[in-house]
Amino acid sequence: MATLEIKDLHVTVEGENGPREILRGVNLTVKEGETHAIMGPNGSGKSTLAYSIAGHPKYTITSGTVTLDGEDVLAMTVDERARAGMFLAMQYPVEIPGVTVSNFLRTAATAIRGEAPKLRTWVKEVNGAMEAIQMDKAMAERNVNEGFSGGEKKRHEILQMELLKPKIAILDETDSGLDVDALKTVSEGVNRVRESGEVGTLLITHYTRILRYIKPDFVHVFSDGRIVESGGPELADKLESEGYESYAKAGA
Amino acid sequence: MSDPQNQVGSKTAAAVTVNEPGAGNRLAGPGTGRAVSQPTDARVERHASFDPADFPALTGREEDWRFTPLKRLRGLHESPAADGKVAVEITAAEPVVVETVGRDDARLGKAGIPVDRTSALAWAGFTEATVITVPAEAEVAEPVRVSLTGTGGTVFGNVLVDVKPFAKAVVVLDYQGSATYSENVQFLVGDSADLTVIALQEWADDAVHLSQQQAKLGRDARFQSINVTFGGDLVRLTPRVVYTGPGGDAELLGVYFADAGQHLESRLLVDHSATHCKSRVTYKGALQGQDAHTVWVGDVLIRAEAEQTDTYELNRNLVLTDGARADSVPNLEIETGEIVGAGHASATGRFDDEQLFYLQARGIREDEARRLVVRGFFADVIGRIGIPDVQERLMTKVEEELAGAVTAGAAV
Repeated sequence: MATLEIKDLHVTVEGENGPREILRGVNLTVKEGETHAIMGPNGSGKSTLAYSIAGHPKYTITSGTVTLDGEDVLAMTVDERARAGMFLAMQYPVEIPGVTVSNFLRTAATAIRGEAPKLRTWVKEVNGAMEAIQMDKAMAERNVNEGFSGGEKKRHEILQMELLKPKIAILDETDSGLDVDALKTVSEGVNRVRESGEVGTLLITHYTRILRYIKPDFVHVFSDGRIVESGGPELADKLESEGYESYAKAGA
Repeated sequence: MSDPQNQVGSKTAAAVTVNEPGAGNRLAGPGTGRAVSQPTDARVERHASFDPADFPALTGREEDWRFTPLKRLRGLHESPAADGKVAVEITAAEPVVVETVGRDDARLGKAGIPVDRTSALAWAGFTEATVITVPAEAEVAEPVRVSLTGTGGTVFGNVLVDVKPFAKAVVVLDYQGSATYSENVQFLVGDSADLTVIALQEWADDAVHLSQQQAKLGRDARFQSINVTFGGDLVRLTPRVVYTGPGGDAELLGVYFADAGQHLESRLLVDHSATHCKSRVTYKGALQGQDAHTVWVGDVLIRAEAEQTDTYELNRNLVLTDGARADSVPNLEIETGEIVGAGHASATGRFDDEQLFYLQARGIREDEARRLVVRGFFADVIGRIGIPDVQERLMTKVEEELAGAVTAGAAV
């Protein structure tokens, strides 16, 4: 069973006055089939956690470990992490001019699966997945994220999650910028993957809204670079009514 | 702050110079009392002559030579002796007529008179010219393929492609081998004729090539030019387009890929002097390695009489490694407000590390991710060539160039 283990993770980012510590000792274990929500105010380091695990070069790990089924994730390149089963749905996916969605998806699936998917079944698979996430098939021939609306970008991220079938999926503010209809569609996509029971999900969000559609098993409050409280879904309700103020004080 | 999108990739920092549009010119516009950015221009109105003596010796300080390292021209701007050979071989289907003619052939020079010293020197220096004629109303499906292969030494070339009214043809000029080669290439596109020219500069590393290209478009003529430059130590292209009647349509496309030490320069002029004409200029370049240098200067002039002109020019450069330099200068000069549209855009950027991260985060290996991005960068221009084997060859060439970049990049 796939298990992501984060132990005492410290991360810095290069700033104007030298390195600045953003993560200050994160401990978290996410197992296959589980859904964890990480909630916290802006600037608490939630996204840094997501990008550090994915291997973004901006971040420096100063101490701690991240393992996937015992394998050292931090020793892997970005693409090795993805091939090991990690997936990051990004908050701001970049545009890639001249690379079509169709070419991109097939290249990614070939990389992740270790062989090129058979053309006929692949077309069917992509069309089905696009239909499920309510993406127009014509988008397959558009360039990756180019001119996509906010909602289209998020659908495209979750489409990739459905096709690439990761062991551990990290969703970074997937709910941001979505209207209710788009949020429902995107959440349904995430839930389809979760229902397989073969993915561990780490849902990073500022608001509780998405948790009405994607039910977490665990909720963690993130403040000042670490998890300051963990609990069940009821913790989200508490945050909904009380906000982050008490944690901000505790963190400072 | 935890948003990595705000980060500027630093691994491929490079010296990038992008001049503002119209740099060096007096600005026009509201409040300046001028509607024209510069006096009707030296680069257009300056004297034209077949005689090199009519042009002063170059110092390198001239506006149109300021980017070019003259000492690498191997004397092509002075008074060089022709002592080399570029073999010309042509494959053309009926009813295209191919001729080799002497200097006195009256058709030569009909598309334009040399406007600078190197062009006049090339005119003074050639002994034989190639004339390719497409008879009126002939539609030639198979491209006319002209291979020009250098075997060393200094050579002056002269090529005329004459497409008669209502004819349609595609000409591929394929430059290979080693040479110090300066040429005048002229295109006469007759009324309602349609000419596509693809020039492939695939020279050996030591070649020097000055290509003075002039196109003269008749009424309702269509001209598409695609300049592709990969090879050579120094390649300087000066495509010029003039219109002699209304309804002309010129599309000038360019692709270039400069490696360490290469100087690749493109200076274009589209001179709109007739009504209802259209021009589109799209040049894209990639650079990698120490002292790779590209220059793109795009001049578009819309004269007072050129009402209903529709023009747009674009240059984009992708800097892949440290130490490379791209200069990009669009100039648009408008003498009438009665136009359909006129615009330009220029952008030079480093390889985007965020694109790389995004692709790698989907399991795609770094070298393949780079290949995808660079292929994508060139795809729209190469896709418009419309000749599958040429397109495929260029994409392969891009990948070969890039394979060098990945290796070089790893060492940085």
